[in-house]
Amino acid sequence: MRARSPLLTVRDLSVSFKTEEGTVQAVDTVDFELGAGEVLAIVGESGSGKSVTAMSLMGLTRGHNATISGAAEFEGTELVGADGEELRKLRGNRMAMIFQDPMSSLDPVYRVADQIVEQIQAHREVGKAEARERAIELLDAVGIPDAAGRADAYPHEFSGGMRQRAMIAMALSLEPSLLIADEPTTALDVTVQAQIIELLRDLNRRRDLSILLITHDIGVVAEIADRVAVMYAGRIVEYGSLDEIFYDPQHPYTWGLLGSLTRIDRPRPKRLPQIPGMPPSLLAPPRGCHFRPRCEHEFDRCTEVPGLEPRLADAPGHCDRCWLEPARKRELRKVGENNQVGPA
Amino acid sequence: MNSEMAAFILRRLLSMVAVLFAVSVIVFLIFTVLPGGDPAVRMAGKIPTETQVEAIREEWGFDEPIYVQYATMMEKLFSGETISYFTQQNVVDEIAKGLPRTLSLAVGAALIWMAFAVALGLYSALRAGRLSDRLLTVLALIGISMPVFWLGALMSYYLGNKLGIFPATGYVEFGEDPFQWFWHLVMPWTALSVLFIGFYSRVLRSDVLETMGEDYVRTARAKGLSERRVLVKHVLRNSLIPIITLWGLDFGAVIGGGAILTESVFELQGVGQYAAESVGQLDLPPIMAVTMFGAFFIVVLNAVVDIAYAALDPRIRLEGKPAR
Repeated sequence: MRARSPLLTVRDLSVSFKTEEGTVQAVDTVDFELGAGEVLAIVGESGSGKSVTAMSLMGLTRGHNATISGAAEFEGTELVGADGEELRKLRGNRMAMIFQDPMSSLDPVYRVADQIVEQIQAHREVGKAEARERAIELLDAVGIPDAAGRADAYPHEFSGGMRQRAMIAMALSLEPSLLIADEPTTALDVTVQAQIIELLRDLNRRRDLSILLITHDIGVVAEIADRVAVMYAGRIVEYGSLDEIFYDPQHPYTWGLLGSLTRIDRPRPKRLPQIPGMPPSLLAPPRGCHFRPRCEHEFDRCTEVPGLEPRLADAPGHCDRCWLEPARKRELRKVGENNQVGPA
Repeated sequence: MNSEMAAFILRRLLSMVAVLFAVSVIVFLIFTVLPGGDPAVRMAGKIPTETQVEAIREEWGFDEPIYVQYATMMEKLFSGETISYFTQQNVVDEIAKGLPRTLSLAVGAALIWMAFAVALGLYSALRAGRLSDRLLTVLALIGISMPVFWLGALMSYYLGNKLGIFPATGYVEFGEDPFQWFWHLVMPWTALSVLFIGFYSRVLRSDVLETMGEDYVRTARAKGLSERRVLVKHVLRNSLIPIITLWGLDFGAVIGGGAILTESVFELQGVGQYAAESVGQLDLPPIMAVTMFGAFFIVVLNAVVDIAYAALDPRIRLEGKPAR
């Protein structure tokens, strides 16, 4: 892990939406830091608030009956309180975002290169020809074969993987320091997934690009992340380095998440283990720990909300939201270890 | 693209010939079975003798077999020699006289209804759910439900006859006095547009709302584009595709007969009014000519719409198959 000064510091970020059924607390007091050149993965199930967290940083959840509180400092700018124009200038410029479905994320009626040109011209005073040249360079850099020849294609003439590459090229067009990748590989074939992850890793190493990766795919996390934040029902329940999370997970939810992986280095279980029950409704989440109703190890203290704090003396960067004593956690974890976590 | 385009135009021309042939046969056949449709009896006057009727029948060729009559009719129609049974005037000349009037009405109204529909539909979508949106919804429904002859008659009577703001009826040629041309058309344009404004603004509103939820609109915002650019270049550009298609079809339909009521209420003496009068007199030659004229415009505009659609949405190819 490379420890450097943080590029993005998020403190107590909360996002709620007013709906007809009531207020949905989509993101609840989220804290994390992303260092320059680092890859932070936010993992969690659908509806855990990971995408809303990312979109709120970009200012894309504003309006929509949303209430956003807390603080998020990016390169010296406070994002939560920033006015719309200030955020617009950062978006696509200093911080860029790619999305889950590259099929629908490009506008079908414009040529691919023109969509990149549009972004460049939104932030820089450059001529069309110059911006176009840059767009072709970018398409080439993300591995689109015959970039000059393909630049004038429409999105529907690209395959899914090529479209995601084009999205990445577009995101990189103004050399942002932060790339937010919201489930960038979910909609792609497995082989293409691997290529896109490889591309992102390459960009991270060679261009020192910081990446905030939103995913539910633990396999992707293992390949690319420096640090991991596990989200459950709007809260980060565990936060630490990749090794800390994978080899010494502290929160029972993380155990369950890692336990539901198939592993080729272990005897194959008859049935893939799963966490019993369903995530709570964010309209009326349970009191205290949100994972409490599904947790086998619940005890009386769990009705109090545990803070996201370091609880291990030897790992000050490893935080979690669980009241169990660390020693007790290690014991409990071993019991259910048949096909659960542990060093490979 | 070029050979694709040529093949498309050729196919469309062939289908146009087929459509026009079918329309002419159907109109002709309907006319022969219509009670009181026998032109010889009607032409002979109020109390005709059998010999008078026979004479007319022979003179005009009504005693020939139907297919011969049809062939003669079509031959005359295409050589521009068809003559009305009742006014004895050349039908093609009459249509040519009415055409600028009908086109003035249709083109002006089409521009007006599109402009208002886009403005109101977009505004409505941006204010979705608020009071102004609900108010516009009610207005649109009123506009859609209002019969054009009723609205036209009210306007003509109150704004024309009573208040004298606009000329109640009539038409002035553009070349004669452009301002009077415009002034005479304001009420007909408005009357004809109201329904379309109501309908189109509702369609656009729902298209805009749907497009605003698209992933590529989120991408456009994430790119840091101004809200105005997101709205115009991405939301509106995509939402306009279905409505422009409708526009072409409706424009063809208005020229091809949709303006009959408006023309009649405001005495514009266009092709529509000519059609209405000819039908009233069961005058076959002009009915045939006007129907073919209408069908021609509708078929041509259909082809134009398909070409425009392919140009507006690159995913559509002219063979009619979506590319993916």
